[in-house]
Amino acid sequence: MNIFNLLRIAYRALLRNKLRAFLTMLGIIIGVASVIAMVAIGQGSKQSIHDQLSNMGTNMITVQAASNLAGGVRIAGSSFQTLTIKDIIALKAKAKNISEISPAVTSRGQAINGALNWPTSMSGVSPEYLDIRKLTLKDGIPFTQEDVLTSAKVCLIGQTVIDNLFPNGDNPVGRVIRFGHIPFKIIGVLNPKGFNAFGQDQDDILIAPYTTVQKRILATIYYSNIYASAASEAVTDPAVTEITQILRDSHRLRTSEDNDFQVRTQQELIATLSSTSGLLTVLLTVVAGISLVIGGIGIMNIMYVSVTERTKEIGLRMSIGARGRDILMQFLMEAILISITGGVIGVMLGFLSTRIVTLTLGWPTIISQSSVMLSFVVCAVTGIFFGYYPAQKASRLDPIEALRYE
Amino acid sequence: MTKKALEIKDLKREFQMGSEIVRALKGISFTVEPGEFVTIMGSSGSGKTTLLNILGCLDKPTIGEYFLDGVDIKKLSRDELAQLRNHKIGFVFQSYNLLARTSALENVELPLLYNKDISVAERHERAMHALEAVKLADRADHLPNQLSGGQQQRVAIARALVNEPVMILADEATGNLDSRTSYEIMALIQELNSRDGKTIVFVTHEPDIAAFSSRTIQLKDGMIQKDTKNENPRSAKETLAALPVAEDYTLHS
Repeated sequence: MNIFNLLRIAYRALLRNKLRAFLTMLGIIIGVASVIAMVAIGQGSKQSIHDQLSNMGTNMITVQAASNLAGGVRIAGSSFQTLTIKDIIALKAKAKNISEISPAVTSRGQAINGALNWPTSMSGVSPEYLDIRKLTLKDGIPFTQEDVLTSAKVCLIGQTVIDNLFPNGDNPVGRVIRFGHIPFKIIGVLNPKGFNAFGQDQDDILIAPYTTVQKRILATIYYSNIYASAASEAVTDPAVTEITQILRDSHRLRTSEDNDFQVRTQQELIATLSSTSGLLTVLLTVVAGISLVIGGIGIMNIMYVSVTERTKEIGLRMSIGARGRDILMQFLMEAILISITGGVIGVMLGFLSTRIVTLTLGWPTIISQSSVMLSFVVCAVTGIFFGYYPAQKASRLDPIEALRYE
Repeated sequence: MTKKALEIKDLKREFQMGSEIVRALKGISFTVEPGEFVTIMGSSGSGKTTLLNILGCLDKPTIGEYFLDGVDIKKLSRDELAQLRNHKIGFVFQSYNLLARTSALENVELPLLYNKDISVAERHERAMHALEAVKLADRADHLPNQLSGGQQQRVAIARALVNEPVMILADEATGNLDSRTSYEIMALIQELNSRDGKTIVFVTHEPDIAAFSSRTIQLKDGMIQKDTKNENPRSAKETLAALPVAEDYTLHS
């Protein structure tokens, strides 16, 4: 008996009971559709978290002066002064996996415009900082290397500061404000970035050349941080190793000594957040997988009923020459046909419901090919697995008894 | 010497029923020549059904030999028996056993589906041919529930003919039919026997039916009680013609 005949027989048998075949498929349809939709929603939220973080610069590496032992007492990192111009020069000369680098110093203080004032912080950085942090200007121009060399009294201003110092909607570009008694000319306005994942307002900031902050406000030669961009997200880890080695050399640390700085990447953050939404995906998939198994049990149940109901037909087929194997294949084929048809409808329904979720709720969704493939394979296997036992029962019937069955 | 259609030698069949052993057949021997029309008769409990199952290769004897068309069935496996049934036996049952919601033609094609040497075109052609032999070619696409009992039984006979078996094995094939339809079926079987030379083994408990065959084997308590040749079988066609025309019944082609 060839596969074509088998398919024809199975197809006919299902057509004889259209409603029942459809109801049996329903379990599989819902299972497959939910696997696809759930995974799509999970993947979508994962991707959107990733995108948000990328917006902060996923390949950003931060070097921070870190706590170290000083006579047995650990000292807070921020008060520790280890990062200097020497480190920047060394990194620029030796590091191969980083594309851009900027020192940073921060000063908190009061920004004043006439009668209005606002407590904020000023970051002193190099022009590369805007690239590294993926900051863009809404208006005006960024400062240049020239401004760094001359410690120019210019700054870029964030939206929150504008709202508080220029509440009337005046254009701040070209205006002069004071910060720490020093007058700064505003040359550019930063595009708002909103709050970050930890609730910090990323727009409550002034950005000025680091030399200006170092010399005119803080009177220090040290940096509080160094920001760098890895050449790509993929080389972030080698870049970290490289930076660590270069800084250790530059700081002349002996192998027995701990680092007096900390190198951090956004990768850790991404990994943490991704693993949270990854867990969500796994949970959703498990729930959907369970519904597939239940669909399979539905198939098994109906196939058992079908075998009992068609005992006489089985007896007849055997008496006219069907071997046990032929009967087995016939019922197995029916189960597979149910599950595969259910799978195909389920995939279509999955696509449709995913689309509806995106359109009505606005949730980001990504239909992954692997989830479609997986659920399809799983339902074919479900058909075989749950169809096998009823089919085997059918194939082992005694033709004499089956023929006499009423 | 020509090959016998079937040959049975000292056949015994015993069943284990709990601690008891039931002897259904207690040593039966007979042969059937090709082209014979044999009825096997006996009351219930005579071993008729057991013999039928063995003749139909659905069951094997406990002791004794059974050759069907020269093949010793004792040596065959379950699958080989299925194949033998497919090639050499045509079954006709009391309750027709047609597949519901399946056209007459497809019902007739069924045995050929289990014969992988036959192409789709040949299957179709042979099934149509078999339906012609039972004069139902014009109802090939009818479903069983659109056919009368007699017509359904003729479809079943076509199904038994389609694989060109060595023997047609009929089990109370007229048991569910009224006498007029029974005679029609018997006329058809006689025609297949005399015109086409088909070997027919007909199991029944009605002496009336046995009168149409050329030989009757009477079973009693698992033994052959009588094995008689019938030199002058009744003609079912003539019996049918002699019946008064019933007004409530319209004869189909």
